Amino acid sequence: MSGSTLLKETGPREVFCGLTSIVWLHRRMPDAFFLVVGSRTCAHLIQSAAGVMIFAEPRFGTAILEERDLAGLADAHDELDRVVKDLLQRRPEIRTLFLVGSCPSEVIKLDLARVAERLNESLKGQVTVLNYSGSGIETTFTQGEDGALKALIPLMEPSQEEQLLLVGTLANAVEDRLFTLFKRLDIPKVASLPPRQSTELPTVGPNTRVLLTQPYLTETARCLKDRGAQIIQAPFPLGVEGSKIWMEAAAKSFKVSNSLVQTTLEPLVNRANEALKPYKNQLSGKTLFLLPESQLEIPLARFLLRECGMKLLEVGTPYLNKELMQSELDLLPENIRLVEGQHIEKQLDRVRHHSPDLVVCGMGLANPLEAEGISTKWSIELVFSPIHGIDQAADLAELFARPLHRHELLQKNNKLFAQV
Amino acid sequence: MELTLWTYEGPPHVGAMRIASSMEDIHYLLHAPQGDTYADLLFTMIERRGKRPPVTYTTFQARDLGGDTAELVKGHIREAVDRFKPKALLVGESCTAELIQDQPGSLAAGMGLNVPVVSLELPAYSKKENWGASETFYQLVRGLLKNKTKEEIHISRDWKQEDRKPKVNLLGASLLGFRCRDDVLEIKKILTEYGIEINVVAPLGATTTDIEMLPEADANICLYPEIAESTCLWLERNFNMPFTHTVPIGINATNDFLNELFGILGMPPIDPNNVYNKSKLPWYSKSVDSNYLTGKRVFIFGDGTHAMAAARIANEELGFQVVGLGTYSREMARPVRLAAKELGLEALITNNYLEVESAIEETAPELVLGTQMERHSAKRLGIPCAVISTPMHVQDVPARYSPQMGWEGANVIFDCWVHPLMMGLEEHLIGMFRHDFEFIDGHQSHLGHLGGNEKQTKSLKQNNDDEENNLSSTNLNSPIWTSDGEAELAKIPFFVRGKVRRNTEKYARQAGCRKIDSETIYDAKTHFRA
Repeated sequence: MSGSTLLKETGPREVFCGLTSIVWLHRRMPDAFFLVVGSRTCAHLIQSAAGVMIFAEPRFGTAILEERDLAGLADAHDELDRVVKDLLQRRPEIRTLFLVGSCPSEVIKLDLARVAERLNESLKGQVTVLNYSGSGIETTFTQGEDGALKALIPLMEPSQEEQLLLVGTLANAVEDRLFTLFKRLDIPKVASLPPRQSTELPTVGPNTRVLLTQPYLTETARCLKDRGAQIIQAPFPLGVEGSKIWMEAAAKSFKVSNSLVQTTLEPLVNRANEALKPYKNQLSGKTLFLLPESQLEIPLARFLLRECGMKLLEVGTPYLNKELMQSELDLLPENIRLVEGQHIEKQLDRVRHHSPDLVVCGMGLANPLEAEGISTKWSIELVFSPIHGIDQAADLAELFARPLHRHELLQKNNKLFAQV
Repeated sequence: MELTLWTYEGPPHVGAMRIASSMEDIHYLLHAPQGDTYADLLFTMIERRGKRPPVTYTTFQARDLGGDTAELVKGHIREAVDRFKPKALLVGESCTAELIQDQPGSLAAGMGLNVPVVSLELPAYSKKENWGASETFYQLVRGLLKNKTKEEIHISRDWKQEDRKPKVNLLGASLLGFRCRDDVLEIKKILTEYGIEINVVAPLGATTTDIEMLPEADANICLYPEIAESTCLWLERNFNMPFTHTVPIGINATNDFLNELFGILGMPPIDPNNVYNKSKLPWYSKSVDSNYLTGKRVFIFGDGTHAMAAARIANEELGFQVVGLGTYSREMARPVRLAAKELGLEALITNNYLEVESAIEETAPELVLGTQMERHSAKRLGIPCAVISTPMHVQDVPARYSPQMGWEGANVIFDCWVHPLMMGLEEHLIGMFRHDFEFIDGHQSHLGHLGGNEKQTKSLKQNNDDEENNLSSTNLNSPIWTSDGEAELAKIPFFVRGKVRRNTEKYARQAGCRKIDSETIYDAKTHFRA
């Protein structure tokens, strides 16, 4: 960032914890199971965030700590062994088991790394047991994925092969599309982390160039760097501009000729800009307030400002990793109000004061703001929807235009609603 | 340690939030880590509330644990009281805060706040949501009333002598409770008809002033024992307030409830002839087209109150046969066991939805009355289902007036339970008429591909299969269905076909038959009837 006003705020926060990322991770790797070692609250959180009800036996669960586990009457390690054994018997198709630490397991200092090590010995390679923490005292929402991916890195085989490694969960369809495009750019090999099967991990080495698809993978990037990989600096692939620079950066690191890059991307860019136009008309000049939650706030703000003409009132982010975010911050003008951390009450005071046209916020806050006449967009929707890449830019814009469009529609067609 | 894939109830502090959010002027200071704020969405999304729950979370992080978390808690308390100016402050902790033992209740009590503080101790590692709601309501009522003596509050239960109408409190309705909003309206309406006044409704919509007025009523009505029974017992002990024990869900229970209340208030019992016409349920149940409801096998699972009420309605008012009864409310296990015993059943008391699912599969009912989870299980098994209990789903907060209690509640229940069964009948008719040339193939009813349609197709396809082929692919231990047997089975309505298949196989194994043909099916039928 050149000179945007970075403000820090502390106080009560309204954000999800890292456990929430299990909701999309378990769908990405259907042969993996995520076992939270925690409390009834953890179990309730995941099922509430996962869309209230499940349609089949889920590939995530909670080993709920009970009084006797805490009082030391039952050895928590033995108990966990028993639960894992029961689970694996029931679900023999599981190849990778993630033991996920929670607030209570961290506070009582339950050593899940040791548990994983012991289980790996007894399971003799049938199932790989890994651990990471998704606790709210250490992680925010998407940081859970950072922890899960970091846990996979030691299992990746070393290799000298030249390859592009896409890191961060993407919708499968989007990933297929990106693979096709990188192939058109003559990039010899493209792999991704996390893989679609937990056992088919990509390799890593000095000729691996890492292209981050998501902005929240601080620790994963650091560990891949430790394994010799090069991290490509780029903004994130949201919007036409960001996705184009992102792909160009990858092409450049593979020394792809400029002319091939331009002939490949130009038609895509032109088409995407055309598709973007109607939404740009709807969004241009509208004011936007982003509450901190998913870490996608800064790239989204950049897209909505630069490509859709929205006015940024405030961009909140749970935490700021300046190194990973640098290319994004470079694209933002100096007078942006950027706030790291949160004091939810003060922030909502500012929302009410500005009365923005659109607020990006968590699910708990959306209806109360709607009831005050402020249109909202759920931030969790952005981690579930296929929004990455040049071809998806218009879909991404549409997500923000829809609530505004609906608001206008109801005002226009309904005299009674217009009075409220 | 307990492996949980999905849970019927949240942690106890979510119960406390239900009480705090139901009321108008209290605030809940919850010592809890970042992430526990997810609970807000239960109220703003599922219950579709346009207001945030009145809760301040301390949202401590790992770096705070090294420092003075007690100061952090006090800072949040001060700020919350200044900002929200509540008339009473609930102070408690979630599971993680319980472990670090900051005692936020004592901290708040020592701060000299000019607002009543109610400290909540809700053991997160042994108790659950409904218990937490009950305990919070009780502690709040006790906290606001404990310093008032019986003399201080003007109490005379003799409304006749005082020349006024009798008045009662409606207790237990809360947010995230099953159809509470409409139950309160229905009961209010019924009581007003009999000249009974409503003193206070709590916790739903109540203020602290309302709570202080509770002892002024002549009796309490315990609408939901899970939430209000402990409060009713305390009010009975301390203010001599009698309370009703019958939950008015169903015609007979509503009738009993009114007679119980009238007895308490010294009013004459109601005329049974008068009751019959209050709801359409009795006539609809008697009418000739309800004949097909006779002996329908029904499986019931839910919270204690709604499960027991459903069992009574099914048994007494609709002529169903209850084949399974259970609850996830451990606190209600005793009465549910008794109710099950009276129906000749053993109650299923469990927190594990997979256990419930296998019990449903085992009993092969024709209708499931359960929670949203049983709706999913029933869908998988191709059985019609109606939802009768929490945990809440956005569908359980309908826009229309839709109570469970009282006369209108009985109407709602009749429709909710019988419509899925009629759909079941529709499936059967589709199966019957599918060979008529007028029939448009691809018709799907609400059961979609899991309905009778697919089973029919499957068994027809099997008929065409080579019998030898069948022989070779089947497990040696289980009897083999001949094409004659399969054809006979296909003639049996789909909703009992699974049960007939299982019973016949069971009989064949007992009798040592290796092959099942049409005769075996008739033999089995006779065997199990005898």
